Amino acid sequence: MSSDVRFTDFKSDKQPTWCPGCGDFGTMNGMMKALANTGNDPDNTFVVAGIGCSGKIGTYMHSYALHGVHGRALPVGIGVKSANPDLEVMVSGGDGDGYSIGAGHFVHAVRRNMDMTYVVMDNRIYGLTKGQFSPTSREDFETATSPDGPKQEPVNPKALAMAAGGSFVAQSFSSDAQRHAELVQQAIEHDGFGYVNVYSPCVTFNDVDTYDYFRDTIVDLDETDHDSNDRDAALEKISDDDTEYMGVLYQDDESVPYNERHDLDSNMADIPDGAPEDATDLVREFY
Amino acid sequence: MPDDLNWAIGGEAGDGINSTGKIFAQALSRAGRHVFTSKDFASRIRGGYTAYKVRSSTAQVESVVDRLDILIALTQRTVEENMDELHEGSIIIYDGERTMMEDFEAPEGMIDLPVPLKSLAEDAGGAIMQNIVALGAACEVANFPIENLDEALEKRFGNKGQSIVENNKEAARLGEEHVQEEYDRDDFGYDVETTDSDYVLLNGDEAIGMGAIAAGCRFYSGYPITPATDVMEYLKGKIERYGGHVMQAEDELSAINMALGAARAGARSMTATSGPGIDLMAETFGLVATSETPLVICDVMRSGPSTGMPTKQEQGDLDMLLYGGHGEIPRFVVSATTVAECFHKTVEAFNLAEKYQTPVYLVADLALSVTEQTYEPEEFDMDAVEVDRGKLVEESDIDTWLNDKDQFQPHFPAADGVSPRTLPGTSGGAHMTTGLEHDELGRRTEDTDVRIEQVDKRNQKVRTAQEEEEWDYREFGDEDADTLVVSWGSNEGAMREAIGFLEEADVSVRFLSVPYLFPRPDLSEEFEEAEEVIVVECNATGQFADVLEHDTLTRVKRINKYNGVQFKADELAERITEKLDTPQEVPT
Ligand SMILES: Cc1ncc(C[n+]2csc(CCOP(=O)(O)OP(=O)(O)O)c2C)c(N)n1
Ligand code: SF4
Repeated sequence: MSSDVRFTDFKSDKQPTWCPGCGDFGTMNGMMKALANTGNDPDNTFVVAGIGCSGKIGTYMHSYALHGVHGRALPVGIGVKSANPDLEVMVSGGDGDGYSIGAGHFVHAVRRNMDMTYVVMDNRIYGLTKGQFSPTSREDFETATSPDGPKQEPVNPKALAMAAGGSFVAQSFSSDAQRHAELVQQAIEHDGFGYVNVYSPCVTFNDVDTYDYFRDTIVDLDETDHDSNDRDAALEKISDDDTEYMGVLYQDDESVPYNERHDLDSNMADIPDGAPEDATDLVREFY
Repeated sequence: MPDDLNWAIGGEAGDGINSTGKIFAQALSRAGRHVFTSKDFASRIRGGYTAYKVRSSTAQVESVVDRLDILIALTQRTVEENMDELHEGSIIIYDGERTMMEDFEAPEGMIDLPVPLKSLAEDAGGAIMQNIVALGAACEVANFPIENLDEALEKRFGNKGQSIVENNKEAARLGEEHVQEEYDRDDFGYDVETTDSDYVLLNGDEAIGMGAIAAGCRFYSGYPITPATDVMEYLKGKIERYGGHVMQAEDELSAINMALGAARAGARSMTATSGPGIDLMAETFGLVATSETPLVICDVMRSGPSTGMPTKQEQGDLDMLLYGGHGEIPRFVVSATTVAECFHKTVEAFNLAEKYQTPVYLVADLALSVTEQTYEPEEFDMDAVEVDRGKLVEESDIDTWLNDKDQFQPHFPAADGVSPRTLPGTSGGAHMTTGLEHDELGRRTEDTDVRIEQVDKRNQKVRTAQEEEEWDYREFGDEDADTLVVSWGSNEGAMREAIGFLEEADVSVRFLSVPYLFPRPDLSEEFEEAEEVIVVECNATGQFADVLEHDTLTRVKRINKYNGVQFKADELAERITEKLDTPQEVPT
């Protein structure tokens, strides 16, 4: 890790193909800033991305990265971190990727509490497949596949994370560049699974959950008396359907990450050129 | 084989059949006898018929036969289930005091040996030890020194405290004494020889687990499924000694993606599952191949399709392993043919995966995975294990592999199809990989020329490997015989023994057991030299026969078995003669 890393070092030379104005630009910039601010560089950073407009992030960033299949990015990140705990592992994807096809992995990644960061670009719509409703879309949100609205409750991913025993649950907004970078940085610094849901508006397919909507409604928790170590207070904020919050909703400072509990502290890439020295003992155990 | 002893214990699931069987198998192995076990179990935890069979001899045994000499029957059903295998002189040990066996009478020619299993067990300290009483009785019947049991009991119960061990030893002795007092050993005609050889006793799943550790596998993720779970259970508690980790995933989708992540970070990494799990992994399998990540995916086949018969034998996944997944996916498919080969092929699979940066299907079947078999410990020669990590680029060499913009090229189209690889953490080597079609830098592309270049590059790996590695077969029998028999997977053991039965009937065969399913040896010449070719496999449609016909443009005869039970040596010999133009009677 070198101290002179700038956030632009995390930029690849590939120009993003996101629509002009897409929230994902801001989300990505904040992630790069947070990585640089926490003293990481591209060679010790591993970014795993899912599939969706959001999932393209791995292409636009410069680091070690894997762009996987739809919904399965979290398990990849868990494998990477297990094998080499020295790496800074950051997983990112959309609300469809994370809360629909990948919902099972989300819950289990949260409860596994591996020391890594998960940033979800929540635009409350499927962008890449051109505008179908997503798990976080409102009940009456009209799309091609829901002309009269999905007529079902949206998932509350932060509540899901809390129910699964989340140790760091935050909400961010991509257009508040400063705050967003800070929150991702806090997630990286958290010992355990740092989860940030980011309101990252889709300017092409979602005309309800827009920049204006979030700007007008969002309440910064730093401007309230919210105590992020207070689980009940966090649950209360998270289940308040009438307000969009920004900030750290909950953080368990005592949390011990999975990798520490399981003593995963060696680089598993380092192996001998033959069987381990005492491998014959393995055979003897079958006597 | 005069020295052959075929023993079984049968009862209901939950009766401790497996652990009792294993204790007896271990006792025989400790006494320097070769052992081959098989299990007959239903997919239930309690209730349902279960049996554990142990075949043993001073010579190596590699299959089951249709014969039972001593049967411990804890239920009436056990006798019914095994009637076909009992013969004149077979001994049936059962609890004469138990109501369900009250009216039991041994069929003609068999010896009925009631022993008060439960009450003797109670005398030794608890009814739960009734199986051990039966084991003691069986030792006396077979003239097998009961001291050999003691060691096996220590091994099984040692961690539960010395008093438990002593009680079990006592239970065995009470069983032995009862037979001594009530019967005359000479009436039984069994006299089991012991030797001073030291053998190890293990099953295929354990051999795979041991092979994985030997080969440097440090990360395993899996989701429990019969019959692959033993691989995970073996590794858990062992792999940690070497700095590794077993991750029980939430499902197979996660399992393969975790394994992929660990492999991408540089660990030798594996997941194991059975058919239904292979289906779920199929999507990521393509990602593994296109991202050029080395990964070993083990399929311990069971009876399908769907959830099929989870506890029964089948070799029905071959088509899935060869062709499964959308698009065209370069891959290796390597299959174990014996318990020992489960070890060797696992080591090979890891080297292939890293040398060619390709997913490898490592295949075993239920019969291999649950069979416990004895070997000389030298069979698992750790000094012979080689680790070839392929084209791994060190930090000092990185400059050689950067383009003029100092970018690392993970998919550089090398002539042999294999690009240099950097592990995360390597300075200057940062790059991304993806399941999308990409250029040499890993960046998404739809450029027609690049598409062709990258597809060709990935497929080239298989061609390179075809030239550089040996894609051989294991050969047995008479190399000049007119009849050629070919099989894959666990059929090797039964077939090798069938050769002996066939010789007795003056039928000579040449037998090829093929461990490489893709790429595989070209058998055209062998097929041409033979007058008849018979392909033996445990499935209904002859999936391997199909690919061999396709490879060699030659029609083959097929022997298929798909009732859920593995081939037996004598049965196989008979079925082979039926396929011959001049069928022979096989003496067994
Ligand atoms: C197995 C599978 N099913 C479906 C798709 C098609 N698909 C691609 S992206 C996507 C939804 C993406 O939505 P979201 O995660 O919200 O990301 P966004 O594009 O909005 O950023 C779907 C359904 C796929 N790639 N793979
Ligand atoms: S479709 Fe929506 S999410 Fe996708 S790039 Fe455009 S604005 Fe962003």
